[in-house]
Amino acid sequence: MAKFKAKRIFTYVFLSIVAFVSIFPFFWMLVSSTNASVDVTKGRLLPGSAFIDNFNKLLDSTNLVQALGNSAIISVVSTLLALLIGSMAGYGFEVFRTKSRDIVFNILLLSMMIPFAAIMVPLYRMFATISGVAPVIGINTMAAVILPTIATAFLIFFFRQNTKMFPKDLLEAGRIDGLSELGIFLKIYMPTMKTTYAAAAIITFMSSWNNYLWPLIVLQTPDQQTIPLLISNLGAGYAPDYGVIMTAIVIATLPTAIVFFIMQKHFVAGMVGSVK
Amino acid sequence: MKAINTGDSLQKKSNLTGWAFVLLAVIGIVAFYFYPMIQALLLSFKSGKGANLEFSGLANYKRLLVDTTFRTALSNTFIYLIIQVPVMIILGLFISVLLNDSTLRFRSFFRTAIFLPCVTSLVAYSVVFKYLFAPDGMVNQFLMGLHIIGDPIQWITDPFWAKITIIIAVTWRWTGYNMIFYLSSLQNIDQSIYEAAKIDGANAFTQFFKITVPLLKPIILFTSITSTIGTLQIFDEIMNITKGGPGNATMSISQYIYNLSFKYSPDFGYAATVSYSIVILIIVLSIIQFKVAGDNKNG
Repeated sequence: MAKFKAKRIFTYVFLSIVAFVSIFPFFWMLVSSTNASVDVTKGRLLPGSAFIDNFNKLLDSTNLVQALGNSAIISVVSTLLALLIGSMAGYGFEVFRTKSRDIVFNILLLSMMIPFAAIMVPLYRMFATISGVAPVIGINTMAAVILPTIATAFLIFFFRQNTKMFPKDLLEAGRIDGLSELGIFLKIYMPTMKTTYAAAAIITFMSSWNNYLWPLIVLQTPDQQTIPLLISNLGAGYAPDYGVIMTAIVIATLPTAIVFFIMQKHFVAGMVGSVK
Repeated sequence: MKAINTGDSLQKKSNLTGWAFVLLAVIGIVAFYFYPMIQALLLSFKSGKGANLEFSGLANYKRLLVDTTFRTALSNTFIYLIIQVPVMIILGLFISVLLNDSTLRFRSFFRTAIFLPCVTSLVAYSVVFKYLFAPDGMVNQFLMGLHIIGDPIQWITDPFWAKITIIIAVTWRWTGYNMIFYLSSLQNIDQSIYEAAKIDGANAFTQFFKITVPLLKPIILFTSITSTIGTLQIFDEIMNITKGGPGNATMSISQYIYNLSFKYSPDFGYAATVSYSIVILIIVLSIIQFKVAGDNKNG
């Protein structure tokens, strides 16, 4: 019994320490966004009253609104396209299964092993070439950020796995009702698979909202900045204003944190479902 | 006869429909993954500055062999990999085993708290860590307050501690993520196995290594491969915490590729050569991990 109690106490102490370490940076970031830079340096850990001041300074010194808008447009468009293309492919590979398509599917999966670092140089050169022909989708455009993210092997795999659980009777019912194959996909499959779409949407939105390296390479003018680029620039300054930077980080983290808390179950289900 | 014909054409039609559904994805992946991969290979045989590239045979590969910066970046990346990935996986496993106890109080609080770092963007948390680990930052203030250290540690500017800072940062960001995978697999393990083991006199330690680890092997393999791929490409943290410094003490391969292409005068050919080293590393390490996991299964 004593041994049991000691184990219990250890568990609580250990988990509390890990939880504290996990939460502390968030706490510090929130508190610092309400304090002036001087107080942050002094190690103040109590909420202050400088948030509005920090926020105004942030608006004056950066293109915050523009960056938020850029990030929002890029993330939403990229998520919608990636979900549409990924789900159609996952559905196609599973419902219209043939040997040759299975081979194509396996080849596509190989792309998950390709590190982005290995293709960023050719991708950049590709978009630099496109710039000469069609500047609207070339370097320094949102399209250039979005395009490489709309077809991912992960989403195709994810939707294929989930389609295995989709009741095939519904397809037959749709065919008997005279729906076209596309109609069946749009009107029967999509509404039935709402939770799968929700999980995929969260994961895709988050990775798009947080994407850094590719936008860093392909967006080179200040008015094209996304939120991660803006924060990175702020953080690289030689005389950082801690309060202002933490305010920017809080604002950047809020959308993903809210999405996470509202849809925590879907998020976890999506992560875990993808490896089953 | 007629019936068979319609059957045939129906099948043909359904085959075409199948291709139509997957077409966009195939085009996208070929255009933005496979085509650049081939381009990178071709580029690695060319030399020159900016857009003026000429075929130079194996010159880039010869340069790679004697490039000390590349060697530093490679060994840094390996240090991150060898220390960070095992520490994170063991920590994640350990936490998930503790959390997989339905009688534990505040269980969902602990789980959510430990998972929370995953909602931050890599850039945002990197900047936060850069300041937390500053000479006069919270971490030093805290350690000095507890009298664990006398003088502040130069977390960012000392070559040794800078690597440790990167490793701590990455572990903070991803342990909860991996923990969720282990936790959901643990919940699928039949509790009667543990009951039986207890009756046989197996202690917690034996239970962990003889039951939990073998049953979680597929998911451990999955997380170790994804973590390896992730760590080999580490960029955002390095760029935003240390910028690769002091000197090149924290420079990773991805950052070196970035510097070669976009920071110094662009040398795309050589950058592509360096990038292929990551591809080869990922393939080799994945094969090793599969082999290790496979061998244990037989043993």
